[in-house]
Amino acid sequence: MNEIMSTLDTLENSLLGEIAAASDEQAIEAVRVAALGKKGSVSEMLKTLGSMSAEERQVKGPAINGLKNRVTDALTARKAELREVAIAARLAAEKLDVTLPVRQSPAERGRIHPISQVTDEITAIFADMGFSVAEGPDIETDYYNFTALNFPEGHPAREMHDTFFLNPGPDGARKLLRTHTSPVQIRTMEAQKPPIRIVIPGKTYRMDSDATHTPMFHQVEGLVIDKSANVANMRWVLEEFCKAFFEVPALKMRFRPSYFPFTEPSLEVDIQCDRSRPGEVRFGEGNDWLEILGCGMVHPNVLRFGGFDPDEYQGFAWGMGIDRIAMLKYGMPDLRAFFDADVRWLQHYGFRPLDLPTLFGGLSS
Amino acid sequence: MKFTLSWLKDHLKTDASLDRIVERLTSIGLEVESVDDKAALKPFVIAKVLTAEKHPDADKLRVLTVDIGDGKSPIQVVCGAPNARAGLIGAFAAPGAYIPGIDVTLSVGKIRGVESHGMMCSERELELSEEHDGIIDLPADAPVGTSFATYAHLDDPVIEIGLTPNRPDATGVYGIARDLAASGLGTLKNGVVEPVKGSGACPVKVTIEAPDLCPGFALRRVAGVKNGHSPKWLQQRLLAIGLRPINALVDITNYITFDRGRPLHVFDAAKVKGNLTVRRAKDGETVLALDGREYTLTPDMCAIADDNSVESIAGIMGGEHTGSDEATTDVLIESALWDPIATARTGRELGIITDARYRFERGVDPEFMVPGLELATRMVLDLCGGTPSEIEVTGYAGHKPKVVSFPVSEVKRLTGLDVPKAESLDILKRLGFGPNGSGDVVDVSVPSWRPDVDGKADLVEEVMRIHGVDEIAPQPLPSHGRVNGKILTPLQVRSRAARRALAVRGMMEAVTWSFIPARHAEAFGGGQPELKLANPIAADMSDMRPSLLPGLISAAQRNADRGFGDVALFEVSGTYEGDTPDRQRRVAAGIRRGTARLEGSGRSWAGNAQNVGVFDAKADALAALEACGAPVDRLQIEAGGPGWYHPGRSGLIKLGPKTVLGHFGEFHPRTLELLDVSGPLAGFEVFVDAIPESKAKPTRTKPKLELSAFQAVKRDFAFVVDKAVEAQTLTRAALGADKKLITAVSVFDIFEGASLGADKKSVAIEVSIQPVEKTLTDEDFEQLAGRIVENVKKQTGGVLRG
Repeated sequence: MNEIMSTLDTLENSLLGEIAAASDEQAIEAVRVAALGKKGSVSEMLKTLGSMSAEERQVKGPAINGLKNRVTDALTARKAELREVAIAARLAAEKLDVTLPVRQSPAERGRIHPISQVTDEITAIFADMGFSVAEGPDIETDYYNFTALNFPEGHPAREMHDTFFLNPGPDGARKLLRTHTSPVQIRTMEAQKPPIRIVIPGKTYRMDSDATHTPMFHQVEGLVIDKSANVANMRWVLEEFCKAFFEVPALKMRFRPSYFPFTEPSLEVDIQCDRSRPGEVRFGEGNDWLEILGCGMVHPNVLRFGGFDPDEYQGFAWGMGIDRIAMLKYGMPDLRAFFDADVRWLQHYGFRPLDLPTLFGGLSS
Repeated sequence: MKFTLSWLKDHLKTDASLDRIVERLTSIGLEVESVDDKAALKPFVIAKVLTAEKHPDADKLRVLTVDIGDGKSPIQVVCGAPNARAGLIGAFAAPGAYIPGIDVTLSVGKIRGVESHGMMCSERELELSEEHDGIIDLPADAPVGTSFATYAHLDDPVIEIGLTPNRPDATGVYGIARDLAASGLGTLKNGVVEPVKGSGACPVKVTIEAPDLCPGFALRRVAGVKNGHSPKWLQQRLLAIGLRPINALVDITNYITFDRGRPLHVFDAAKVKGNLTVRRAKDGETVLALDGREYTLTPDMCAIADDNSVESIAGIMGGEHTGSDEATTDVLIESALWDPIATARTGRELGIITDARYRFERGVDPEFMVPGLELATRMVLDLCGGTPSEIEVTGYAGHKPKVVSFPVSEVKRLTGLDVPKAESLDILKRLGFGPNGSGDVVDVSVPSWRPDVDGKADLVEEVMRIHGVDEIAPQPLPSHGRVNGKILTPLQVRSRAARRALAVRGMMEAVTWSFIPARHAEAFGGGQPELKLANPIAADMSDMRPSLLPGLISAAQRNADRGFGDVALFEVSGTYEGDTPDRQRRVAAGIRRGTARLEGSGRSWAGNAQNVGVFDAKADALAALEACGAPVDRLQIEAGGPGWYHPGRSGLIKLGPKTVLGHFGEFHPRTLELLDVSGPLAGFEVFVDAIPESKAKPTRTKPKLELSAFQAVKRDFAFVVDKAVEAQTLTRAALGADKKLITAVSVFDIFEGASLGADKKSVAIEVSIQPVEKTLTDEDFEQLAGRIVENVKKQTGGVLRG
C-alpha cells in the first residue's frame, strides 16, 4: 500500500519536473502524451483501478485521479506560459523602426494656385448674395472692349502704348486682348434681360511690367442691373464683400468720387488697414487707407449699348484685381511670382486641394 | 497737380485747417496723394550772434555766443563760416535737430576742445539752395526767436492731388478753390480778370490752316519789357511745386498754367520772322524745342510756324529758337485752344510730358482763352513793364454752353440720397452750373470749364460728391427671395473640378502667360498670323498659345534649373485656336518631370520612384476627364498623339469616332530640343469644353443597386497574341464573351520572350465573374472560359498560352 503511494509520489514529482522543464509547445505535448496519452504513465495507472478490490480502489482511486488532475492542470498552465513566451518572441522579432518616414499623400502635396483659390472665395461670397458667375473671351473686339463701354475715340487706353493688339485681319480690323473684364458686361446685357446680378472673373492684359503690374493679370468685375439698384445698394454689396473676404467683423471703407468712362457717378474705394508692421497688412484696424476697387453706376451710354433704356433700367458695376486682393490678404510681395510657377512659391503660397472655400466652413483655414 | 496752401488761399477765403482741407479734397474727388507740411523746417529758429571770437585752437573756426530769443543765457556755438560775425542774424538749429542738407542729427559736440551746442546753418544745409559760402544772413529786422521757415515763407504746405482725366478745371488752383467753396469749406474769391487796354493792333498776324486742331488763337505783343528774375514770392511758389524759375516772362506763363489751368506761350517777338501760321506739320519737319531736343513731326501734329520754320509744337512745347530770355524786349504772348485728342497723341508719340500738354489733353476752358491772356498781360506789365498791343483773336467762334435736362429726382434714383431739390440746385450753382426752371425737371447749363459733363448722370455725380458720398447709407440689395440656384456654368464647374482633381494627384497648379514664343506656338500647332500680337511686350511673348503644354514644360525646366527636377504642374485655362470667342478653348493640362509620380518622387527606403512616363500622363488625363464628368467607361484610347508627342508613347482619348477629348504621352525628342528642355517628361491635355453636356435629368434618384447573393469569382487567362495587338482589343473581347456574367477584365502581366517568337507577346488577364441567378458549376465555368477564349481568338487571333 505504502509502496504504491510512494510510486505515485515519485511519478508525480517526475512528471511535474518534466512539465516545468519543457521549453516549447512540442516538448510539453510530448510530456502530455507520455503521461496522459493512451499508453501514458498516468493512463496506465488509471487502467489498474479496474482490477482492484473495492477497498483498495477507495483508497487508491482518489490518489491516482488526484495525480491525473494535478498533472493536467500543470500541463495547461505551462502551455499558456509557453504561448505567451512564443508570442513575445515573435513580436520582438517583428519590431520595425517606426520613425522611418512615410510618403506624403498626393492630396497633401498638390497645390491650388492662389488665383484659383481667391476666385473660389469671391464666388462663395457673391453666390450668397444672389450673384452668378459669367465669363467671356480674352481676345476681344474694339467694340466690346472700348466703344460699347463709352471710351471716347482717342482715349489713351485705346493706344498701342497701353493695349495689346493682334495682327489686323484681312478686313483691316484689329482684335485686342481685353484690358478689363468689362466687355462681359456688354455680352451679358446682349444675352440676358434684367434683373442681372453677375460677377465676372478672368484674365486681362495691359502693357505693364513691374512688381505690382504684369502684362497679364486677373480681374473680377461685378454687375447689377434692375430697376432700382443704386449707390446705396452698391455700398452695401461692397462693404459686405470686403468684410467677408478679409474675414473681419467690421471694416471701414472710404468711397471717393472718381472717374471711369463706363460709370457715372464713379467712385474709388479704399479700405482701412494697418501697415505699421513690416511685411504684414491687417484689415479692419489701423489708420492707413488702401485702394482696393473702382465702381460706379453703369453709364447711361453703356446701358444703351447693352440694349437697355437708361430711364427704365439702372445698375452698378465694380472691378478689382484678383491678384491684388490675393496679395493683400495673403501677403505675397511680388505679382510677377504669380506667373513663374516656381514650385517653392506654389508650395508656400498655394492652397491644399481639399481646402474648399465655403461660407459655412470658412473661406480660409 | 501740386499747389501750396497759401496759393489756395489766394482764391479761397477759409479758416479750415490743413487737415480738413486735405480730407475734403479727397472726399469730393480730388484725391490728395501727398501733403508736405514742411515739418522738417520747424526746428530752425531765427537767432542773433552776440559775440564771435576766434577759436583758441583753430584759425578758421570761430566761437560764437548766440541769442535764440528764448530769454535764457546765450548759447555757445562753434562755427566755420567766413561770414560769422557779431550782429549777424541767421537760422539756428539746436541739438536734436535734423539737418537735411548734410543728413545729420545734431548733438552737443566738442570741436577742437570747445563745446558747441547747436549750429548756424547755410542755405544748402537747409536744402534751400546750393549756397554754402557762408551761413544765412538775414536783415537786421528779422524777429529773433521765431520760426525761420515762417519768416522766409518756407512753411507753406504743399499739397499734391492725383487728378482724374475728366477734370481739366482742377488743373488750376482757382478751380480747386471753386470745388472746395462749393462743398462749404470757404468762399471763392472774385476771379474775374479785368481787361488791359492795348494800343494798336498786334503787329504779328495769325493764320489758322488747321481749324480742326486749333479752334482759337489769341495773341498780343507787349513791347519794351525788361525781362529778368521774377520776384521772390513767384519763384518760391514755383519752387514749392517743383518748377525751376527761369525768367519773369516764362515764370508768369508757368504761374498762370497752375493758377488757372491756362497754359500760355511767350515768343521773343524779335526772333519771330513775319507772321504766324497754325498748320499741320509737314512729314519729317523738325523743331528744336525748349528742352534742347530736336523733334521730328508728322502731319498728324499741329505746329505754329513763322516765315522761317516751325517755332512751337502746339499745346505741348515752344521752340528754342523764338524763346524769350533776359535780352527779350518785345514779347508775343500766345493763348490758344488745341484739340485734346491731337495734343494727347502728339505728346505720346514724341514722348513729351509737359504741364501744357497735361491741360490741353484734358480740354482747357475756351472762355478763359482771352482772360488768361489779359491776366498774363497784367502780370507782364507789373513785373516787366512795357506797352501792350490790342489782342488779336483768330478762329474762335465763341462757346455755346451745353444744356442738360435734369430731373432732380435722378439724385435719389441713382444714389439713394435724399437731397432737397433746393440744395441740389444750389450745389450746381456754386460749381458754376446754371440751373433754370422751377419744375421737377430743370434745364442746367454747363459751364465752359466742365467739358466732361454732358448728361444727367454727370449732374448726379456733382451733387453726390459735393453733398458727400459718406452721407449715402448702405442699403441691402433686395434678396431674390429664393435659394440661389447653380451659380457656375457647366464649363466653370468642370474647370474647378479638374483643378481640384489634379491637385489631389499631387500636382501644383501653375498660371502661365497666355502669350508664348513664336517657335513654341508653332511647335504645338499654333503661330497663325491672326494670333500674333502686333505689339508684344517682349519678343518671347508674341503668340497666343495654342496649348498649355509649352508654358508648363518651360516652367518645369525653370524649376529643374533651380535644382527642383521632380515637378508635377498643371494648369486649367484658355488656349487659342483662332481670334473669335468660339475658338478660345478651355483646357486642362499637366506635366510630370523626373520622378514626380503620383505616389511621390525621388528615392525612398521603401522603394525608389521610377521615371515618369506615358502611363502617368494617361492616368492624369483620365482623372481630369472623370472629374469633369466625362463618360470614362465609354472613352477609347487611340495610339499616337499629335506631332509634339513621342509617336510610340502617346495616345488620343476619344469619345466616338470624331470627338477628341484629349491626348497624353511622352514628348518627341525634337519637341524637347526645340523648347531647349530635358526629360524625363510626360504630359497631357484634355479639352474641358469638348465633353458633351449631360442631358437634364428628370430625377436625381440613382439606379437601384442590385446585389447578387452568389459569390463572385476570378479566373486568370494568358493569351499569346501578335505584338501589334492592343491590350484594349483583347480586354474588350474578353468582356464581350458574356456581358451579363463578366463584370471586369484587367491585365496583370505582359510577357515577351524568345520562347514565344519574335513577333509575339503574352497578355495575362484576370476576369471577374459575378453569377447572378445561381452558383456556377464547373461545367458552367468551362463553357464561359470557352466563350472567352473563342472571342479573344476571333478579335485578336490570340491563343491560350500552353
